[in-house]
Amino acid sequence: MRNFIALENMNAQELTTLIDLAETLSEVLERPIKKVPTLRGKAIANVFFEPSTRTRNSFELAAKYMSADVINFQASGSSVEKGETLWDTARNLTAMAIDAVVIRHQVAGVPGLLADLLNVPVINAGDGMHEHPTQGLLDLVTVKAHYGRIGGLQIAIVGDVLHSRVARSDLWGFTIMGATVRFVGPPNLLPSALGAPMTSNLEEGIRGCDVVQVLRLQNERQKSGAVPSMREYREKFGVTQERLGKWAPDALVMHPGPQNRGVEIDSEVLDGPQSAVLAQVRYGVAVRMAVLYRLLGGTHDI
Amino acid sequence: MTFSETSPSDNWHIKNVRIVDPYTHTDALGDIFIAGGCFVSEKLPEMLTLDATGLWAVPRMVDIHVHFREPGQEHKEDLVSGSRAAAAGGFSAVAAMPNTDPVIDNPALISWEGAHGREIGLIDLWPLGAVTKASAGKELAELALMEAAGAMGFSDDGKPIASGRIMRAALSYATMLKHPIVQHAEDLDLSEGTVMHEGQISHRLGLPGVPAAAEAAMVWRDVELSLLTQGRLHVAHVTALGSLEAVAYAKRLGGPVTAEATPHHLLLTDQAVSDWQASPITKVNPPLRPLELRDALRKAVVTGLVSVIASDHAPHHDDEKMSPYPQAPYGISGLETSIGAVFSSLLHTGLMDPLTLLERMTSGPHQALGAWYPGVVPGARADLTLIDPELLWVVEPRTFYSRGHNTPMAGMQLKGKAVATMLGGRWTMREGQVLA
Ligand SMILES: [Zn+2]
Repeated sequence: MRNFIALENMNAQELTTLIDLAETLSEVLERPIKKVPTLRGKAIANVFFEPSTRTRNSFELAAKYMSADVINFQASGSSVEKGETLWDTARNLTAMAIDAVVIRHQVAGVPGLLADLLNVPVINAGDGMHEHPTQGLLDLVTVKAHYGRIGGLQIAIVGDVLHSRVARSDLWGFTIMGATVRFVGPPNLLPSALGAPMTSNLEEGIRGCDVVQVLRLQNERQKSGAVPSMREYREKFGVTQERLGKWAPDALVMHPGPQNRGVEIDSEVLDGPQSAVLAQVRYGVAVRMAVLYRLLGGTHDI
Repeated sequence: MTFSETSPSDNWHIKNVRIVDPYTHTDALGDIFIAGGCFVSEKLPEMLTLDATGLWAVPRMVDIHVHFREPGQEHKEDLVSGSRAAAAGGFSAVAAMPNTDPVIDNPALISWEGAHGREIGLIDLWPLGAVTKASAGKELAELALMEAAGAMGFSDDGKPIASGRIMRAALSYATMLKHPIVQHAEDLDLSEGTVMHEGQISHRLGLPGVPAAAEAAMVWRDVELSLLTQGRLHVAHVTALGSLEAVAYAKRLGGPVTAEATPHHLLLTDQAVSDWQASPITKVNPPLRPLELRDALRKAVVTGLVSVIASDHAPHHDDEKMSPYPQAPYGISGLETSIGAVFSSLLHTGLMDPLTLLERMTSGPHQALGAWYPGVVPGARADLTLIDPELLWVVEPRTFYSRGHNTPMAGMQLKGKAVATMLGGRWTMREGQVLA
């Protein structure tokens, strides 16, 4: 593994290695002193072309717990608008003598192209509607921690799948690990031809599922005319305690965040016993530590 | 023999050549005689002899859809580099789109372009004029005056004529002209923000996709307007099933509608976007389509429903193609790969015979634009391309004469290549080398 760009082309063995490593590393997070010297002397650049405090913080914590130095390079979208090409970005990064690049970009494919231009590992922290592979991986770890396995489970992904990079990473990750994924959402927000069964009936979609991953409904979907109103969306696709109790009373409920409470998911569910959202956040740090460790070849013991 | 050893005044005897002449429906082994810039019927004294065994001689190959970027964007291409790319690719005539800066929308610019093309002298440069002023889609440009100044057709290519009212007016007005309205058909509302074909690959890559319906919907509208007005419509770069069906419908009703396909849509599929890892080198409008659409397009070219192959040669500067996918400009530099891509797609696959295939690059486009050329007959101007149909070669964009190196065919092996091009009895390219 040289870069971490997408789950789509990974195999079960590679994923299992990362999941196991993340589980081990999550124990480090339980220690009173979390810092380990594993990546001492390594410099990691966090390059975010899209604002995201959560993911950036998670990567930064992961790097710091492993004693790496972190440079936050808040490249606003405007540097692209000012005409900076990927070549320039790549050259500037190389000039900083860093050991790995974590990149979030609003355009699908940019981390992959950057990986071709750089001779240090590139980690995709989310690119357009393409993939968010560390999120996919942390969802795998969360499910594995709860069920003790992934193979054979039924995963329902509910919401705006079409525009979701999380849904894509989840689809590939869970499928590769032997689970079955289905998509649930308004027909115009479901991507055809990705190979997963799809339904626009919430009951049909989540009944009997082991995991319900609820996606955020962006406000802009209403503005762009894709959904008539938040009220109607909630009526058709909102995951409420009542519906969950009726159709999937034992399912683990996840959400990649940030959540629109009262729209796609109710607080009662989010803060309830079936919710794994805090575990997702915690495993997020462990997963990012695991990826950094694998790519930077840590020399010290964990 | 090299250029330095021949001169424009030389007369030629090209012997043992397979003459593939769609203008006269001839496909036969024979000799061609050229004197004083024209074909002649027999060998004259002091003719230089060229043994062309194994080669095909095709008269007046034309590409009716190229972007030469002059005036305004000469860093991408200009009339000189574009002319050289055309000669290198085997073409003796091209029609250049008017979406320059400023837009070629008046007779003075048409005259200027034609004169500059003749000065360069490597190809017959056919200017196309804009349909609407500044291609803004609001008011008709001076179509008749531009035609009188040498315009060979009219197009707002790069953008569609979105208004049905203006399109109707343009087609209606064109009934008193010799040359057609050429439409880039695309429903801009449906395609807004999209960068590739909407389908399995776009969903996988997470790139916003446009359905083929965005093209077909406008082709259907234009076909209806052409039938209504009887105005001549040429549909540029069709790729959608619905577009083909609309053109077939027009033809059934005897409407004056023609359509064209590009070599890249005939050769490649949207799989290329994935193979190139979403590099903008694959970004083109209309987008590369999936296999079933590509094969339907091939079939339409075979049957003649699509009677024109044209490259939509759209050169861009390397730096522009290094931007992220959405920001990168659309287009493929296509003049120098056209014959290779077309032969690889349609000839060496056994889908077409040489004469019918070359019709789509000679008499088909002439007819579509309302142009005329007699073919290899005594007295006709000697515009000729020698093609080695079996030549295997690898596309190396750095060696292009075009300033645009942007092509997803880079590194591909193609079969078939022009080895010499002649304009008015004078070689403009020999063995890949263009006359200065
Ligand atoms: Zn066009």
